[in-house]
Amino acid sequence: MAAGAGLSEVWVLVAHEGGAVRKITSELLGKARALAGGGRVVAVLLGAGVPDPARTLGRRGADEVILVDDARLAHYTTEGYAAALAHLAAEGPPALLLIGSTAQGRDLAPRLAARLGAAVVTDCQSLDVADGALVATRPMYTRKAIGTVRLGPGQMWIAVALPAVFPVPAETERTAEVRSAALPAEIRIRTRVVETRAIERETVPLTEAEVIVSGGRGLRGPENFPLLDALARALGAAVGSSRPPVDSGWVPHDYEIGQTGKTVSPQVYIACGISGAPQHLAGMSGSKFIVAINKDPNAPIFQLADLGVVGDLFEILPRLTEAVKRRKAVG
Amino acid sequence: MNIIVCLKQVPDTEAPIRIRPDGTGIDETGLNLVMNYYDEHATEAALRLREQFGGTVTAVAVGPERAREALRQALAMGADEAALLRDPQLDGADHLQVARALAAFITPRTPDVVICGKLSTDDNAAVVGPALAEVLDLPQATAIARLEVDPNRARATVHRELEGAVEVLEVPLPALFTVERSLNEPRYPSLPGIMKAKRKEIAVMDLAALGLSPEEVGSPGAVLERLTSPPGRTAGVQVNGAEPEAAVEAIITFLSERAKVL
Ligand SMILES: Cc1cc2nc3c(=O)[nH]c(=O)nc-3n(C[C@H](O)[C@H](O)[C@H](O)COP(=O)(O)OP(=O)(O)OC[C@H]3O[C@@H](n4cnc5c(N)ncnc54)[C@H](O)[C@@H]3O)c2cc1C
Repeated sequence: MAAGAGLSEVWVLVAHEGGAVRKITSELLGKARALAGGGRVVAVLLGAGVPDPARTLGRRGADEVILVDDARLAHYTTEGYAAALAHLAAEGPPALLLIGSTAQGRDLAPRLAARLGAAVVTDCQSLDVADGALVATRPMYTRKAIGTVRLGPGQMWIAVALPAVFPVPAETERTAEVRSAALPAEIRIRTRVVETRAIERETVPLTEAEVIVSGGRGLRGPENFPLLDALARALGAAVGSSRPPVDSGWVPHDYEIGQTGKTVSPQVYIACGISGAPQHLAGMSGSKFIVAINKDPNAPIFQLADLGVVGDLFEILPRLTEAVKRRKAVG
Repeated sequence: MNIIVCLKQVPDTEAPIRIRPDGTGIDETGLNLVMNYYDEHATEAALRLREQFGGTVTAVAVGPERAREALRQALAMGADEAALLRDPQLDGADHLQVARALAAFITPRTPDVVICGKLSTDDNAAVVGPALAEVLDLPQATAIARLEVDPNRARATVHRELEGAVEVLEVPLPALFTVERSLNEPRYPSLPGIMKAKRKEIAVMDLAALGLSPEEVGSPGAVLERLTSPPGRTAGVQVNGAEPEAAVEAIITFLSERAKVL
């Protein structure tokens, strides 16, 4: 809990896609509320033709929504978003701007910080205010250490927070007031978005999933990933992998979890046919619970699994999927 | 084509690290230090552009004396020149200060392309690249998985991996890119390359040589106060030698009663 009166104003950059507000935004609004105490929580929504967000964002804790609705913001671009936020901050910067650690958030935050002369910290897994400073903790050295980073007073702070570490706050009856703001006539956007190709995925995005079912070299080939897909569908989980399935072309690159892939922290991570190399652990050892299925009783993954099952995944997975389905049908 | 690649020397991720007892950093005694993994991909991307368009590749690092080794590797891979930016004021610098020092080196060299790794595996921040693009006033594309420059070098088409999508961007040059590992397969330094790299001079520049005053570099806005060990995880229950049905039962019980997701 933040001590003292709280920050006067905290902004949250709204992450949205196809008209829907992403889960990380709710997580950040909850954190913003806690840090602001009685101060103001402002959701900043940039886009073109976005649906009225006042209710959803208010319910999660925003007092106000600043809406910049402009054709030049129809697609995310670094310079478009940086210009919009710099313009808003020029009218009165917040103490803290929270941005979710998504591909766009990571692209934007450092650039904006350099533009505004703000202090920036990324990959935050905790955020507190102490003695007028923002104190963040973040995994470093491929999760072999946790760093405590201090952003001193007298400057604007930008914090990029990891998904799924701050809880989604309970809904309230609050409705945020919406204030529309305009972009300056002249902004320079040099990059052009040619297209955004969706990667077909049946399941939830990895970084937002409460449960992740992940497969390694033990899956033996692309033809066996449907075993994971089926279990994931039954659980409402996302599917990920260690690096070998990516390198062998069994699954797309965005499946990869670990040092050179994604960092995830779901409620449950189910590792199937994954040995538990340090580079893999770098991406998933922050999971709340770890379940490992591996036929080798000495696999390193068992050293950190809350539940380790020594066995053949080809025998276990189909039965597990059926058992989950049965249970869901009852419950 | 004038290409700059920014790189860093970091601890080998294969090896364990030792946190100093006072938590101020890691103990580097006996630690194997290597070129940051993504910077190998950045160097490879730079070399491929030179192979395609001609020109020079200059590798630059901010860091202590030991960072020469990473620069030496870039030279061995084929970079033409290398420079180490080293100054007491840069010890404990935050990422924005590092970006300002790099920019002071890069600006007078009027590059066509600046390439960085998407992050460095020691602090994992992914901040220097985009901050540097801002200081240089260049357009940027981060964590790119594909890079094509058109024959008249006016623009690049890049792919970025978003959550659940691939974004195709057109970026006018000069520009700054940070690279993802799927962009390429870094080459190993050849033996002649290693021999040649040994003879090459690595320029060392302090802030004065970069024409930066201490005020221009400023003081760090973000300070790493301490490092601690991550909360240890211990092995929980192991189910061994069970029939698949019993194993499944154990998982179901765990998912519903401990993890509460069922
Ligand atoms: C610089 C660098 C970066 C890296 N980054 C990453 C990264 O981001 N992510 C990552 O994952 N790796 C990464 N790696 C690779 C890493 O070192 C390991 O090689 C990799 O994680 C191993 O993947 P795996 O566990 O799937 O395969 P393996 O280590 O081969 O393990 C396969 C496991 O499957 C089990 N198995 C086989 N058949 C069955 C069966 N029928 N039933 C049950 N179990 C079975 C085996 O017992 C074994 O434990 C990186 C490596 C380097 C050098």
